[in-house]
Amino acid sequence: MADEQKDSQQPEKPAEPPKPAAPAGEARAAVPKPPPPPPGAKPAAPAAPPKPKGPQQEPWSSPLVDAIKEKFGGEFIKSYSFLGQNQIVVKKDRIAEIMTFLRDNDIVPLNYLVDETAVHWPKTEEFEIVYILYSHAKNERIRVKTRIKEWEPIESVSGVWTTADWLEREVFDMFGVQYLNHPNLKRILLPEDWVGYPLRKDYNIRLQDVEWVRKHLGIDSGQKYYVGEARHEDGGYVTPSD
Amino acid sequence: MSTKEEQTLFDASEITVSMGPQHPSTHGVLQVKLKLDGERVIDAECVIGYLHRGVEKLGEAQTYGQFVPTLDRMDYIAAVSNCLGYCEAVEKLLSVTAPPRAQYIRVIMTELNRITSHLLWLGTHAIDLGAVTVFLYCFREREEILKIFENYCGARLTTHMFRIGGTQYEIYDGFQDQVRVFVKDFPKKVDEYETLLTENRIWIGRTRGVGVISAKDAIDMGLTGPSLRGSGVEWDIRKAKPYAAYSDFEFDIPAGEAGDTYDRYMVRLEEMRQSARIISQAVEKIPDGPLMAKMSKIIKPPIGDIYHSIESPKGELGYYIVSDGSTQAYRARVRPPSFVNLQSLKRMVAGHMVADVVAIIGTLDIVLGEIDR
Repeated sequence: MADEQKDSQQPEKPAEPPKPAAPAGEARAAVPKPPPPPPGAKPAAPAAPPKPKGPQQEPWSSPLVDAIKEKFGGEFIKSYSFLGQNQIVVKKDRIAEIMTFLRDNDIVPLNYLVDETAVHWPKTEEFEIVYILYSHAKNERIRVKTRIKEWEPIESVSGVWTTADWLEREVFDMFGVQYLNHPNLKRILLPEDWVGYPLRKDYNIRLQDVEWVRKHLGIDSGQKYYVGEARHEDGGYVTPSD
Repeated sequence: MSTKEEQTLFDASEITVSMGPQHPSTHGVLQVKLKLDGERVIDAECVIGYLHRGVEKLGEAQTYGQFVPTLDRMDYIAAVSNCLGYCEAVEKLLSVTAPPRAQYIRVIMTELNRITSHLLWLGTHAIDLGAVTVFLYCFREREEILKIFENYCGARLTTHMFRIGGTQYEIYDGFQDQVRVFVKDFPKKVDEYETLLTENRIWIGRTRGVGVISAKDAIDMGLTGPSLRGSGVEWDIRKAKPYAAYSDFEFDIPAGEAGDTYDRYMVRLEEMRQSARIISQAVEKIPDGPLMAKMSKIIKPPIGDIYHSIESPKGELGYYIVSDGSTQAYRARVRPPSFVNLQSLKRMVAGHMVADVVAIIGTLDIVLGEIDR
């Protein structure tokens, strides 16, 4: 994986310092300058500058958020707005109930599930499940996020919106998230006998490729592969919602 | 075709038929397993994934700019829309706005592409239902648009038309005239298709009352685009959440009533006329100015996530991008309209004849490249 990243970045190599969290504009403008700081100042640099840079999460509240707070008290974690897009973070335990409430409430009836997907955060061994909801009546789009540990199951919302059936199957297919009470939880895009979950960050594409060639063609592909390397293992994951 | 062993001709009340993946009317490699009672469909199951290329994984392995041409290969019938949605999503994350001139070119190209997509849909849908002539007319007009694309960017299908921050190419000499001539004639051509189909008894017989879905069900199933509007929901992202320069133009959102195949057909035909209307407005007032917004050459969005969606010819095409501040997306999720729309096939075909399955697959206007990604 690490090797792959290097390959794909090669065309832009001159402008790419090995620091992952460097602020974009600044680093570009002063290309000759940065080389001296890295040896000593590397750990301090990412901590200080990002704060004033770029768009920030802004506190956001609405009657709907208040209603969730009131109804589900302890389940509610926070609500914020990022780049004008409103988001609610909740705990995972009563997700189906919360979703039913969001769909049926009178304040902003979020009657349409646009998308359900997941993001893998291996550093904390978590999946972030993202629900994008839309209200036809109020023309409002809201993102609901919840986090589960990699080994934890989560309640399916396919009983709330039929759309979730396939969307959840895809999340299961690509991430291995186990949904409870899902009518038909099986792989959807990949073949039934596929090993592993490709969109996980620790999924080893090369190893998979080597094994596939060995199994189906009976030869060694000669590809180099590494075991257990995720993309930012050393650089550290940065979590948007943290 | 496979039947259960113990069934004989006389007690064969239920049989299972596998339709596809190599079947001309499935528009690609879609396999539908049908459970039949005689000729009536009891249940259907879609088997997809034959074209899976791991587009979302590629999005994590390529830089933001490199990923754009890959997206053209999803919905290859409407590659311009794919490109527009992604470029706008990244621009939103970067807090960059494409200059007005680029926005107008984007609108013209996207709407031309919508017409090609609908023309291809109409031609193949009509062939599926036995009307071969329409196909020839549709491809005649589609060719005109593809020529414009070819003149503009050198490609006809996988166009890679736009860049993050604007467009790369200036419009060529005579572009406006060529587009003007096309949109002036085009509504008449749509009337021509209508004379072949709209009041055709066979066409009506094959499409009226077939694949009916109510507005409530359609929303529950996440249907978008013409498939949703056929059920009477006047909802179009171009109006609801305007992007590019769509708020500058006047156009209507056609909607059906019955939610059957015929209404969806009427909606798409009217949409083609409306697209021509948008283009004719846009082409007259393309503003002067730069084509690209001022932005750094290395695209490094700030840490965060964004969801942006556009009205592709098939429905809501959304991109959910999570950025970790590097040059590659941490997660590049595509919300494909065809994928979600296809899910409703199961509900639509129940109780219909086998021949209607072909009509319903056609009316959903799916592209397998986008479903499987």
